[in-house]
Amino acid sequence: MVGAKDTVFRSRDHACVADIVLNTSEADEVEVAVETSEAYLTRFANCEIHQNTGERTTSVVVRSVFGQKVGVASTTRLDRESVEATVRRAERVAKAQPENPEFPGLPGPAECAQVNAYSEETASCPPERRASGVGEICRLAAKEGLVASGSFSTAAHEMMVVNSRGLLAETRFTRANLLTVVMSATGSGYAERFSVNVGAIDPHEVAEEAVRGCLADADPVDIEPGEYEAIFEAYAVADMVQMLSYMGFGALSFQEGRSFMSGNIGRRITGPNITIWDDGLDPRGVPLPFDAEGVPKQRVMLIEEGVARGVVYDSFTAAREGKRSTGHAISPLPSAEPFAVNLFMAGGDSSLDEMIAATRRGIYVKRLHYTNPVHPAKSILTGMTRDGTFLVESGRIVRPVKNLRFTESILGAFSGVELISKETRLLPLYSLGGIVAPAVKVRSFTFTGVTQY
Amino acid sequence: MLDVPELKDALDLAVSRGASYADVRVVRRRQESISVKNGAVSGVSMGEDEGFGVRVLVDGAWGFASSSRLDLDEALRIADEAVRIARASATVKRRDVALAPTKPVTGSHVTPCNTDPFEVPIDEKIQLLLDADRLAREDKRVRVSTASMSFFEEEKTFVSSEGAVISQKRVESGAGLSAFAAGPNDVQRRSYPAAFGGDFACAGYEFVEALDLPGHAEKVGREAGDLLDAPQCPSMTTTVILGTNQMALQIHESCGHPSELDRVFGTEASYAGTSFLTPDKKGSFRYGSELVNITADATIPGGLGSFGYDDEGVPAQRTPLVDGGIFVNYLTSRETAARLGERSNGAMRADGPHRMPIIRMTNINLEPGDWTLDEMIRDTKEGILLDTNKSWSIDDRRLNFQFGTEVGYLIRDGAIGQMVKNPTYTGITPEFWGSCDAVGTRGEWHLWGVPNCGKGEPPQLAHVGHGSAPARFRNVRVGVGRW
Repeated sequence: MVGAKDTVFRSRDHACVADIVLNTSEADEVEVAVETSEAYLTRFANCEIHQNTGERTTSVVVRSVFGQKVGVASTTRLDRESVEATVRRAERVAKAQPENPEFPGLPGPAECAQVNAYSEETASCPPERRASGVGEICRLAAKEGLVASGSFSTAAHEMMVVNSRGLLAETRFTRANLLTVVMSATGSGYAERFSVNVGAIDPHEVAEEAVRGCLADADPVDIEPGEYEAIFEAYAVADMVQMLSYMGFGALSFQEGRSFMSGNIGRRITGPNITIWDDGLDPRGVPLPFDAEGVPKQRVMLIEEGVARGVVYDSFTAAREGKRSTGHAISPLPSAEPFAVNLFMAGGDSSLDEMIAATRRGIYVKRLHYTNPVHPAKSILTGMTRDGTFLVESGRIVRPVKNLRFTESILGAFSGVELISKETRLLPLYSLGGIVAPAVKVRSFTFTGVTQY
Repeated sequence: MLDVPELKDALDLAVSRGASYADVRVVRRRQESISVKNGAVSGVSMGEDEGFGVRVLVDGAWGFASSSRLDLDEALRIADEAVRIARASATVKRRDVALAPTKPVTGSHVTPCNTDPFEVPIDEKIQLLLDADRLAREDKRVRVSTASMSFFEEEKTFVSSEGAVISQKRVESGAGLSAFAAGPNDVQRRSYPAAFGGDFACAGYEFVEALDLPGHAEKVGREAGDLLDAPQCPSMTTTVILGTNQMALQIHESCGHPSELDRVFGTEASYAGTSFLTPDKKGSFRYGSELVNITADATIPGGLGSFGYDDEGVPAQRTPLVDGGIFVNYLTSRETAARLGERSNGAMRADGPHRMPIIRMTNINLEPGDWTLDEMIRDTKEGILLDTNKSWSIDDRRLNFQFGTEVGYLIRDGAIGQMVKNPTYTGITPEFWGSCDAVGTRGEWHLWGVPNCGKGEPPQLAHVGHGSAPARFRNVRVGVGRW
């Protein structure tokens, strides 16, 4: 398991790798990114642990530059011979190409903010503790005659990016995530918690939310698809905002005309009560001080009171517009797109109870499943509801209904947001970062199909 | 380095600590990817990774640990850690894991490869892509063109405490191109041979050359531009003919995944979900029409889902999943097969050394029928031809699905007519397959390689194959949503 002593040892490994790369490189410019990870995941289903894994991995990624030719090579070995061979490979790959006239060179040095994203409690979390948390959920589910599935993961990472222009960025961070689906013969409930610190996650609380949701979801009835008022819990809103990021908050899709932001900066694209931004330094999320190129993360306003304000950049896309990178590279490859991975959506002053009370006839959605873009430039998404879908009539939840498929423009739906919760929830964003999202009530949402359960 | 005797030492340690079963995989992989965009090289990378993973069964529960460091001390430490993790698993257990027997094999397997793609000069590969990229942009409506190729090699050694010692090597190659045409209020994409990187196979560079990207590039660019001007796909219930690439995704989502027996038993419930193919349906459930015959076949030479032995040392097999429309078999592992009183049909695969094997697809294929595509079209009074997958989504029991394709062509009175854009279609799996009334011939059957099938926590990508000819389906809802 990771401990302070191990961390120091790994930092020494990283420093050795950096020395080898910088001193043996024959390129005009060179960059090396080293990451060491220890990650553990305890997976359960049918109220028992069926997979329980631990991995210790290291990756070394070298980017070599000759003029405007860029080659990338990687390895998982830290010995001198392997690191030097990787440098030679990156150089060979770079030399074999024509120049890319848009490549601006590697980023220069810049000071990164200090963030507190490391928890010793998470880094040293033993398998017995994860099993105990899982056991708590299974016990509470079994007590009600229900079946629990899910996963409890803890991970510690150390990252370093160094380049020949004097850039040096180092950090370490931890992540903990516990989620569960609790199922009966006819329904299901869900709960998830995500944090830097495993100590902030209470398995009992997670179990209670999922069990309560499952018991409420018994015997769902048929419902006709159509346009409805809709209430989305934070889990569902986070999914939609995450997909907006995937579809269009990055500069590459923006510049290529593929994004809903293309040609719309300064224009209203959604409701006036919608504000979404990216901030890798905000401690309310899962902060990270720099990106895959070692560039410090900047706060970027994406949508402000419904108006498109900006997108996120890496050094390649920023140079095209004469701008500075906002620190959103997720890979050293120019072909990779910059992504907003530390998202925040502004909360409001309402609550789920108020949203229900304000609904004449609508659908209450716990979370979404298998959302996928249908037309990114129009922000049209499809997906299913899951783990708790309810009919709301005359201001109260009346019964659970079978899961619905939606096909809808998310920005269009967000144009009709009537209420936003004060409370927000932190959830993981793919495996890259996090998202803080509220619950919302929308005036109209298009459900285009229904399934059999 | 970790050789077989040292791997056996690690397994012996696990057994001495109480493991009733243990196995280890040492995996070395290398990858190369090259991409170009709008006349410039957008990325060339070469990666190597290696590691090993030890899986143990202790007190009737699984533990798994892995490392990137290949030496005996680390192997012993990891084996010990796997045992500790398994003991923790056993504290939350309802039943002991039992494994269906398999004969321990000493063997090896290598996938076919004529031209080692890693030996082909990089500048030659780049030039092929730049040629295709340039031709795709000959149509001035194209704003962005992109072409890419990627190669993958994996060498794996598997050793088990039962005495299996298996070495395997696979080489994979793939390539594709896409063109994006942008208008004032729309963006349309056209790809060849498919989107999301193209087509892939267990083959060498000869596979990429045979794709002939430059030979198809001009058409890709022109069709992207034509889609901008095409009308929106109408909303209707109609007859749908799916091209082979879209058939691959249809098979993948609505047959491949629900046939995974671990999913049926609930192990994916908190992530991708379960399956409507519950055990009571095996052997009796009508999955599709009598024309629908679907097999899982890991033995097809060159298939992206082909191998010699799975990651439990079980030999590759061909298994019918749907026979004359009746659901007959699952994809299984030693643990899940034992629960049905059967032997594993060899579907356990892991994404590299740091992942525990789970049930994955191999090559899941719709067996050919009697109709040519021309005959299907001529026999269709009113309908739509859809091809080249663009979007996909399915519910967590694999029933309600929705797909989008890059292009559609209306069919009127037995002839292809108007091109339409943004086509989508939706359905319920057994109702959809039950409406299949024509399946294409062997001559139009293609084995697609899909390198990005996602499953599991922590997430794993599997390289799988889907073979199909075009097929026709009746009374399908097309044109979903408001546009």
